[in-house]
Amino acid sequence: MSPDIRKTFHLDGVEIPFREGQTVFDAAMAAGIYIPHLCHNPDFEPHSSCRLCTVIVNGRPFASCTQPAVAGQDVKSDTPELNDMRRSLTEMLLVEGNHYCPACEKSGNCRLQATAYALGVQYNHYPQFFPHRDVDASHPEIILDRDRCILCGLCVRISRRVDRKNVFAMTGRGITTTIVIDSPSGLLVDSRVSRDDEAVQHCPVGALMMKGEAFKVPIGERRYDTSPISEDSVAKFQAREVRLHG
Amino acid sequence: MARKRKIATCSLAGCFGCHMSLLDTDERLLELLELADFDRSPINDIKEIRGMVDIGLIEGGVCNVENVHLLHHFRDHCRVLVSMGECAITGGIPSMRNHHTLKACLEESYIRGVGVENAHIPDDPELPLLLNKVYPLHEVVQVDYHVPGCPPSADTLWHVLSALVTGRDPRLPTTLLRYD
Ligand code: SF4
Ligand code: SF4
Ligand code: FES
Repeated sequence: MSPDIRKTFHLDGVEIPFREGQTVFDAAMAAGIYIPHLCHNPDFEPHSSCRLCTVIVNGRPFASCTQPAVAGQDVKSDTPELNDMRRSLTEMLLVEGNHYCPACEKSGNCRLQATAYALGVQYNHYPQFFPHRDVDASHPEIILDRDRCILCGLCVRISRRVDRKNVFAMTGRGITTTIVIDSPSGLLVDSRVSRDDEAVQHCPVGALMMKGEAFKVPIGERRYDTSPISEDSVAKFQAREVRLHG
Repeated sequence: MARKRKIATCSLAGCFGCHMSLLDTDERLLELLELADFDRSPINDIKEIRGMVDIGLIEGGVCNVENVHLLHHFRDHCRVLVSMGECAITGGIPSMRNHHTLKACLEESYIRGVGVENAHIPDDPELPLLLNKVYPLHEVVQVDYHVPGCPPSADTLWHVLSALVTGRDPRLPTTLLRYD
């Protein structure tokens, strides 16, 4: 244990050490405990919109990806109630878009699908929306299929803060919210996006994808086909911790 | 020995892939036949369920009037009804037509389609009327269990079927939970 880790809190009865400034989510994942999450990618700033990572801190719900860890607090995460809530949120995301997994190139590498597996979603309790959403296939190398967008905001945040291009933005409210492109035509081809942009590398679902990659890895041999998202995310997080903090 | 169970199966708006997967259970089918008999099923070509069966497996979503009748027939005659595969659970690939009007779909296929001759929309009274949209089974009747996959693998179907005929919990372990 490095010398700056001294303080602890309790997560589902287990004592979790944390560094000053760490979130509940980061401390849990560093300690090897998976908290389901979708809008957060630990390599970027969290913005707590999907609420999948909700935990109960001293009796009240908070998004763990933005909640600072405090010494002595009592945190609950792996409870039947919270997992039911996470399942409902995941099912709502699945019905409000058009998720045809058998026909989706992201299948097996998709965080929404893998999270649904982890939560044991065998069907959606809600009626399918079958919304009409536009696909932007104008760019020669990148495709934006809004049917599968879960509005996690990662592309928006990364394009703004990392690529410094502001290619993506969200518009509308509630169920009509959608991703829009900063270009005169509103199409990707006329924007400043390029295949090397960080913003197009981290879409958790099959909404922003590279063209020409289909079936390079066969179905059944993809990331979450071979290791559950819980193990995969924790392993990735812990490797990142070692890289950044030794 | 416990009473032999009865199983019925059918395909609505599906591709028979789920039934192929069922046949893929290979010699385990013989094991299953020790514990259960098949009632109405495309496997034995029996057309209607006689009396009550214990387990009904349905592949495919609901896309036409005939599907609605058959689905209700199954619900009325099956103690436990199981949605088998993505189309039964979400509407699946056939429900991609839900983004368009039925009229537009029919015209695209039968009037404007590439290579269409003698263009007209088929209207033979033998043909079941299409519904405006394709529906998952549980939006039409109460469904008891859902087995995702396109198709669910033979191992997945075996897990569920063997559990149901022997009275175990048919829920899938994460290793067998797949939507593709
Ligand atoms: S984005 Fe994910 S959940 Fe949606 S269809 Fe593709 S694989 Fe399935
Ligand atoms: S396109 Fe992808 S990264 Fe962007 S908001 Fe939608 S799901 Fe998130
Ligand atoms: S991961 Fe924390 S709110 Fe989405």
